[in-house]
Amino acid sequence: MASSIRVRAVLNGDLAEVQTLIQHPMDTGLVKDAKGELIPAHYIQQLTFVHKDKTVFLADWGTAVSKDPYVKFAFKGAAKGDQLKVSWVDSKGGTDSLTATIQ
Amino acid sequence: MTASFGPLATRRLILKGAGLVALIGLGNAVLHATPVFAAANDDKYPEDAFRQKNVGDAIKALYGRDHEASDKIKLDAPEIAENGGVVPIALTTTLPNVTSIAFIVAENPSALAASYKITEGTVPAVANRLKMAKTSNVIALVESGGKLYSATKEVKVTVGGCGG
Repeated sequence: MASSIRVRAVLNGDLAEVQTLIQHPMDTGLVKDAKGELIPAHYIQQLTFVHKDKTVFLADWGTAVSKDPYVKFAFKGAAKGDQLKVSWVDSKGGTDSLTATIQ
Repeated sequence: MTASFGPLATRRLILKGAGLVALIGLGNAVLHATPVFAAANDDKYPEDAFRQKNVGDAIKALYGRDHEASDKIKLDAPEIAENGGVVPIALTTTLPNVTSIAFIVAENPSALAASYKITEGTVPAVANRLKMAKTSNVIALVESGGKLYSATKEVKVTVGGCGG
């Protein structure tokens, strides 16, 4: 299965600019399906970015983050070719990770 | 998403300036910053804060302290969101020693939407997309040097993002 995570990490001067798009339903638990039954909550709770064993960015998310979440941030201290490990854990214990190369 | 590159470029210049100032006062600044970063390294998911319904309780559960408005926080959110399910919201700040950034949508069923932990070397700026149930104030919180600052903007929602 293709990864749920898409990352674009580009070095711009001394900053690595990281854009991430994740495929995830981010169900709030408040929405009913066609049969009128509640769709149980299912959302990413934590998204972590690790560069050289250091967590450079940690996102804690609730149900109000949009479906197929997008997040963008930037950090210093990276070089071209460095690895950036991205991983998430959701409210049902699901998880995925991806290692991106900084371009 | 391209719109948020602009502020970043100017921010970088400001940051460089801030960096120089920080270097001059290095001895003290480092000592003061240490306990703040130690607190930010608590990586546990703040489940309790996300469960709170209203703004006050969410802020209390997440930070446990009061916030004051700051003009050093730039909150980018649309005046009108046609689709409450996907509202692009971005924040940049010139505040120093930022350890966390959080977004609250006051009128959502659970107020706290997202919270980001920033470590040293990471730019205190985040862009993300949030759901908004209806027209509401969006409150951005920035924890800087152990204090909590905020910026608020109202976003009008024409179609809510929570369905049902």
